[in-house]
Amino acid sequence: MSEPVLRAEGLGKRYGAREALHDVSFAAHAGELVAVIGANGAGKTTLLSILAGVQEPSSGSLFRGEGQIGWVPQQPALYSKLTVAENLRLFARLERVSDSERVVARMLEQTGLSERADERVAHLSGGNRQRVNVALGLLADPPAILLDEPSTALDPGQRERLWGFISELAAQGTSVVFSTHVVAEAQRHAQRVVVLEGGRVLFDGTPAALALEGGGDDFEQAFVAFLRGRSEP
Amino acid sequence: MRWLLGKDLLILRRSRLLVALLVAYPVAIALLIGFAISASPSKPRVAVVDETPPGQTITLGEKRVGLDEYTNELFDQIDVVRVPTRAEAVSKVASGDVLAAIVIPADIVSKISSGVSQARAEVIYNGDALKQSFVRSAIDSALAQANLALSQQIKSVAVHDLNLLLTGGRIGPLGSQKLIGLRQLPGTLRSIAQRQPPGEDRATLVRVAGFASLAANNLGIAADVLTTVSQPITVHSTLLHGKRTPLDTYAVVVAVSISLMFICVLLAAGGIALEREEHAMSRLIRRPSGGGGALISRAGLLAEKASLGAVCGFMVAFAMLLGVSAFVALDLSRIGQWVIALGFGALGFAALGIAIGALAREVRAASLLAFLLSLPLAFLALVPSGAVAAGLYHAIGVVSFVFPYKAALQALDAAVNGASPGLGVSVAHLAGVTLLFGVLARLGLSGAE
Repeated sequence: MSEPVLRAEGLGKRYGAREALHDVSFAAHAGELVAVIGANGAGKTTLLSILAGVQEPSSGSLFRGEGQIGWVPQQPALYSKLTVAENLRLFARLERVSDSERVVARMLEQTGLSERADERVAHLSGGNRQRVNVALGLLADPPAILLDEPSTALDPGQRERLWGFISELAAQGTSVVFSTHVVAEAQRHAQRVVVLEGGRVLFDGTPAALALEGGGDDFEQAFVAFLRGRSEP
Repeated sequence: MRWLLGKDLLILRRSRLLVALLVAYPVAIALLIGFAISASPSKPRVAVVDETPPGQTITLGEKRVGLDEYTNELFDQIDVVRVPTRAEAVSKVASGDVLAAIVIPADIVSKISSGVSQARAEVIYNGDALKQSFVRSAIDSALAQANLALSQQIKSVAVHDLNLLLTGGRIGPLGSQKLIGLRQLPGTLRSIAQRQPPGEDRATLVRVAGFASLAANNLGIAADVLTTVSQPITVHSTLLHGKRTPLDTYAVVVAVSISLMFICVLLAAGGIALEREEHAMSRLIRRPSGGGGALISRAGLLAEKASLGAVCGFMVAFAMLLGVSAFVALDLSRIGQWVIALGFGALGFAALGIAIGALAREVRAASLLAFLLSLPLAFLALVPSGAVAAGLYHAIGVVSFVFPYKAALQALDAAVNGASPGLGVSVAHLAGVTLLFGVLARLGLSGAE
């Protein structure tokens, strides 16, 4: 297998006395779609924000290869008084992307928002906002992109379009790491799942392997059974 | 940083109502405070019951002083509502139609003329402690003015009579009687004595002439004594530091510094809080690749918001000063000092703003906190020494020293009016306060996202 685009070894994060992450090791390769799943408070957002460079880990090391890592936070990080194009242009300039106008045009086309380029973000639907949010993470054409619960607050149609877009990115060679608490999404879209519980990695493998280990009739039941099996003495 | 600044200005341009409020509200508050400081207090509305018969005069020696001269002086200090009876006056006070009532009794003239018993007017008032205090001080002041006017009248009658005694003149109806003056008496007596043969009578006349001379000399200073008694204290003012500041230009300084404070603090606080509210902070301050820098550092982000607040606040405050100079005489040759004072004041307020913004997580909370903090700070800085207990004044002094309002007010007062402490001291103070709040803001943003 090729060199990972993103690699973490023994990551730990403490907030005072509370340990949010403990000895988390993890790697993502080019073109790979990796889902980080777990219950609320398992440490998914903390792990992704450390990988994105938003937070510093308390311990452990992180390897982020050449090029920037794209970051798509859970809440759309957009200026609602600016238009779609103005948001993209601003962040392209801040990220010192060469030929920012061409990149903005490409992202508008890629996300299917060209016709709404001059519309203020405040007037967009939740799905379109999330598309702009993802587009901002892709401005620097990163080799890897991190998405924190990207489908939250989207209706089924919007969710489907978003996953189509993300799958296409991975098919083009971008390493995609996303967190979700909707385990069915992980089963459908991810090639690999990382299960976090209490800040620790309990499982790292394919969705099929997790289903097998959990032993339930469907993936969600298998996941719940897996967590229960690990928590019981 | 320039791209973020451009973005913020674009957002401001699209938030016209916000900008209008941001400018109009502080200017309105500032003008209200300015007017409150510079305007003379209005006359209290007081009911007056004058029970004296019309045209009564007070007899002082041989001179008669009309009672009107006394009451006119009293009424000049108040907004008079004349009522015929005490009962009606009480009713007006009780209903709140007037602040108080003064009853001038019928025997006031005879009491003053007697010279042995004090005349007494009755004051009726109502209301809470604040109103009572205001009415008492307003009426005490009015009565003091009227008493002074009456004592001047008494002094003038007394001095006239003394002069008559000293220099002589005509008295009685149509000046029918000629009075010899005390000053002529020694010479007259001595010339009579010289015409007397030596002996007991001549010696007695010489002794009486000596006494008359002594009496005339001592009575000569009595007029000065009476002037001193009628107005024992006159005021000569000495200002220890700086130069005397006219009230209207000081009010301008207060109004402009309050506007500067609100605009800088609100914009800087709102700017930082907006980045959090729009969830943009994580994108801006993250380090996107190994060893690479953030899109903007936390310090850079704070500096950008502080610059936005400071520049906008400076421009509005400077425009206000220039605009006001058309109506109030401001020394335009000091314009360079205005710029320095406004510039450092703007930085101090903006630093306070970013510290508030770093604490709050949303624009509304930041704005509320900015208002809650700014208004009391401005009022505390305007509390004069002696208006409150010494301990409280020291506590207020400490609070005012730590926050930028008082330093900015002093800097602008020094720049506009040449007041003390000088511009250099105030600017150094503001630089220290800016640094303090800058550090606090950076610490507040450490845990962001």
